Amino acid sequence: MEWIYEPWPWYVSGAMIALVLFLLLMVGKNFGMSSNLRTMCTICGAGNKADFFKFDWKSQRWNLVVVVGAIIGGFIAHEFLTIDATVALNPKTVENLHTLGFENAGATYMPNELFGLSVFSDVKNLLLLVIGGFLVGFGARYAGGCTSGHAISGMSNLQLPSLIAVVGFFVGGLLMIHVLFPLLF
Amino acid sequence: MRTLAYLLIGIVFGITMFKSEAASWYRIYEMFQFDSFHMYGIIGTALALGIIITQVIKRFKVTSFFGERIVIPSKQKSFARYAFGGILFGLGWALAGACPGPMFTLVGAGFVPIIVVIIAALFGTFVYGLFKDKLPH
Repeated sequence: MEWIYEPWPWYVSGAMIALVLFLLLMVGKNFGMSSNLRTMCTICGAGNKADFFKFDWKSQRWNLVVVVGAIIGGFIAHEFLTIDATVALNPKTVENLHTLGFENAGATYMPNELFGLSVFSDVKNLLLLVIGGFLVGFGARYAGGCTSGHAISGMSNLQLPSLIAVVGFFVGGLLMIHVLFPLLF
Repeated sequence: MRTLAYLLIGIVFGITMFKSEAASWYRIYEMFQFDSFHMYGIIGTALALGIIITQVIKRFKVTSFFGERIVIPSKQKSFARYAFGGILFGLGWALAGACPGPMFTLVGAGFVPIIVVIIAALFGTFVYGLFKDKLPH
């Protein structure tokens, strides 16, 4: 059981995601995480401002329970299943990140510059988190799904729209990392 | 009973997101640098098995654990919304390093600033809802 404390290899991780997809289908639901953001907006009363949020959010209660599970899962994995949370990145990636100013690249699970508490006194990086989050929320709903809904669920169902969306995810991601990162960091 | 099933599935998903390092900002950066096979391996494996699972369920009209028909909805036909929405999502995914699943996993793992990302994502969803009818779909 020692392996469970190590980072999981890609084939175990991929198989586990497929298991999640399978289990959700077998309990009569579909795998898609970003629709929870819409549900949460509705619960907060967004239905008063836009019809898009006028729906019976209780029909999506099951997915909110999955979210609670994902939070608990993160806690369990971090507290009990991980001894060393470093990430074995390609040395080339580490070097690139050093150049951009990320000092602990790979030595921590997340960059301190963005996800350490110090970010709350760093206006620029805090703003980048806000912009990143905004684009994720806006883009996911515009595209009608995110990595789980399109890249896994939709593509598994051989949906052309999902393929278009996933190509879009990559165009956006490549643009951000290769064109915008050198300007932002 | 069903609620417990959803919760357990969510826990398995959360543990997987953390242990696979798919929730690590660094892995997303590395993926877009094409410096590692790791993320492609994860998505590729999940997709290969996902296609088999989905097609078998459809072909053999498998019923759910509760004996109900399994409905897998088709996506609405369009180009603009998937291309534009996808690109905007990709920009945010690479910058925040988290998509809407791992975001919540990272809360559980104790990375407090991810809450800023989640609130911003909720606001992004809200703004989409406001301007939905004015956007090309």
